[in-house]
Amino acid sequence: MLGLDLSFLNWDILSKFVMNGFIFSVQLTVIATLGGIVLGTVLALMRLSGNPLLTIPATIYVNGMRSIPLVMVILWFFLLVPTLIGRPIGAELSATITFVAFEAAYFSEIMRAGIQSISRGQVNAGRAMGMTYSQNMRLIILPQAFRNMVPILLTQTIILFQDTSLVYAIGAYDLLKGFTTAGKIYGRTEEAYLLAAVVYFVICFGLSYMVKRLQSRIAIIR
Amino acid sequence: MRWDWQVFLNDDGSGRTYLEWMLGAWGWTLSVAGMAWIVAMVFGALMGTFRTLPNSPWLVRLGNVWVEIFRNVPLLVQIFIWYFVVPKMFPAMKSVPSFVLVVMALGFFTSARIAEQVRAGVQALPRGQRYAGMAMGFTTLQSYRYIILPMAFRIIIPPLTSESMNLLKNSSVAFAVSIAELTMFAMQAQEETSRGVEIYLAVTALYAISAFAVNRVMALVEKKMQIPGLVVASPAGGGH
Repeated sequence: MLGLDLSFLNWDILSKFVMNGFIFSVQLTVIATLGGIVLGTVLALMRLSGNPLLTIPATIYVNGMRSIPLVMVILWFFLLVPTLIGRPIGAELSATITFVAFEAAYFSEIMRAGIQSISRGQVNAGRAMGMTYSQNMRLIILPQAFRNMVPILLTQTIILFQDTSLVYAIGAYDLLKGFTTAGKIYGRTEEAYLLAAVVYFVICFGLSYMVKRLQSRIAIIR
Repeated sequence: MRWDWQVFLNDDGSGRTYLEWMLGAWGWTLSVAGMAWIVAMVFGALMGTFRTLPNSPWLVRLGNVWVEIFRNVPLLVQIFIWYFVVPKMFPAMKSVPSFVLVVMALGFFTSARIAEQVRAGVQALPRGQRYAGMAMGFTTLQSYRYIILPMAFRIIIPPLTSESMNLLKNSSVAFAVSIAELTMFAMQAQEETSRGVEIYLAVTALYAISAFAVNRVMALVEKKMQIPGLVVASPAGGGH
């Protein structure tokens, strides 16, 4: 096939080089999604609170993160976190902290849209029931907001999974690095990149297909 | 910690200061992003339009495949493929400078996202627009050229704005194949000077300024292109 040779590939290489990277990429995606949604929800509530002491810092944080390239954010954290905590940390831990902090900004925009999509009547109904702000949010608003936003949150997670490849900038060992390492050792760099592309494609295409299915099912229920 | 902004006036060892190097790198970032923007708009408009054509199932499929391929592979992997794999598979591409390869990678990657917006914009138009074109005796090409696309593009300016800003931010990934752009400068200058905070602050500020400038230019375009009295809900944008 146009001067490519895939014969070097076997199960041994996959389990030796690629599997570790794959596990790290998935782990990074899951932690960043969960952490990002929690932090993002807090940021969204701060922005919607109407109290300038909460609104202004949250707005600056979200807009700041969103106007900087992810690679720069990764480099920033890799530079700053060790000086802040006083000891060197590995690229993998640094990447995890970075992605939670970075994705929180994007998830907060999604959650903010979700909260704002809930009609005023719901808020008022909660109030009329004598609920406090936190009860109202926890029991009435957030569950609905979250449910409305599930497809968008999942789409963001797929983008996040693709973005984990950018930990290349600080040399963390992710799925892509697994392929490139195997490719370098066996002198098959080009083939390794193509395989990486195929694997990312299959995962992301499969996930977005599932999100589409889910979206249509949710649409029927509502 | 003490600031040391003097670092920008130091010689980097080749007779230029770090400031000069950084401004040159800014130029590379803007050129990569600018050229890729043109590629992305051309292919995005084309593929997005294909996906909405009424009687051309093969063009619809081509558009769909295009979008799925370029959207579901990480940009970094796409850049590596353009840089390492394409020249090997097609020897004629060996003499193409790496700047052009990165522009193609970034442009095609973004074109998939723009194609999505263009399709959404065309589909957001009322059916009557298309029928009006038919009633006037327009061919498909004419109704797209004179009716559908001029409307659709106006609707999608807000998501196109955020895609353009994403494109500018994504140009930072070009560091991976040693394009001398801002992120590459940040990494190298940080290593050489050990004044990482100052260097990163300056680079981050340049990215923020550039993104803001893109935002303002697009806002100006939006205002100039506005059709008085037309209010259509814009399709949502996303991603980064």
